[in-house]
Amino acid sequence: MFSPITPAHYLFVGIVLFVTGMICLLTKRNIIAILIGVELILNAANINFIAFSSPVLFPKRVPPLVLDGQIFVLFVMILAAAEAAVALAIALHFYSRFGTVDVDQGDELKG
Amino acid sequence: MTGPDGMAILFWLFAIVTCGGALVVVLSRHIVRAAVGLILSLFGVAMLFLLAGAEFVGAMQLMIYVGGTVVLLAFGVMLTARRPLLPLSTTRDQWLAAVLLACPLTVILVQAALSYAPTDSVSAQVDAHSGVSTPVGMLPVTPARLGMALLGFSQDNHRPDGGEVSHGDSGYLLPFELISVHLLVVLIGAAYLARREVPSGMTPRDNQGQLQ
Repeated sequence: MFSPITPAHYLFVGIVLFVTGMICLLTKRNIIAILIGVELILNAANINFIAFSSPVLFPKRVPPLVLDGQIFVLFVMILAAAEAAVALAIALHFYSRFGTVDVDQGDELKG
Repeated sequence: MTGPDGMAILFWLFAIVTCGGALVVVLSRHIVRAAVGLILSLFGVAMLFLLAGAEFVGAMQLMIYVGGTVVLLAFGVMLTARRPLLPLSTTRDQWLAAVLLACPLTVILVQAALSYAPTDSVSAQVDAHSGVSTPVGMLPVTPARLGMALLGFSQDNHRPDGGEVSHGDSGYLLPFELISVHLLVVLIGAAYLARREVPSGMTPRDNQGQLQ
């Protein structure tokens, strides 16, 4: 169980990150904390990509994704940085307009 | 790369760092502590990438995420906090819903992870001197290969002899260009959005309790 490290070990780390990120998304009401939860979820996906593209974790065969997995992770990182920039701008605008970062206060579109 | 035991020890160390950081993010009541937990978690993820043999991606994780995105989030915390160590209050209903959703999801994901068993279908060649087995037709992933793939030259892994390049080997030139333009547009839009004034007639709402 503890050794050798298999792809399933990496998958379990990804599960922990995904579930904690989802709980963070569901329970926090601060915009910034919700963003942090999104980052955790994206990292869970990245861990899975790296696990399936790692030659270290697949010593007896070619990994399912070799180059592609790492390139996907790079793309996800760039998209996460872009998403953080836009979401932060929205959060600043939200704060200047409502005077808070509580997402429950942004209810002006309510019918 | 260290031996199997060293790798296992390092893996468990950084897995604990990663999961501990994620738990700090969820369980802390202060946004600043959540950000610190996120830094821990992302650092552990970068180390796991390095352990898995993805050195370039691990370095990028440290630079972009730990050095860039978290700093951005920290600025967000500073610009939107009214007082230091702002508490995040959460109602019991939210926790109940979150746990009710998270438990079945965890069960499903754990079952999927446990049921994954890689088949050793591809034959490996064992080096007679070192005993290290490398799969047949496996090229090491170097930053040079990553860069070439982003520029449109992707060598298929199963053809190390560099045979004829077909359509499937054309790499990632189009996504690379798309994401470059996307990043430019997004950053310009973010700068515009953050600087835009609140329209007159819409005064900031009066909130007594910050996050009750």
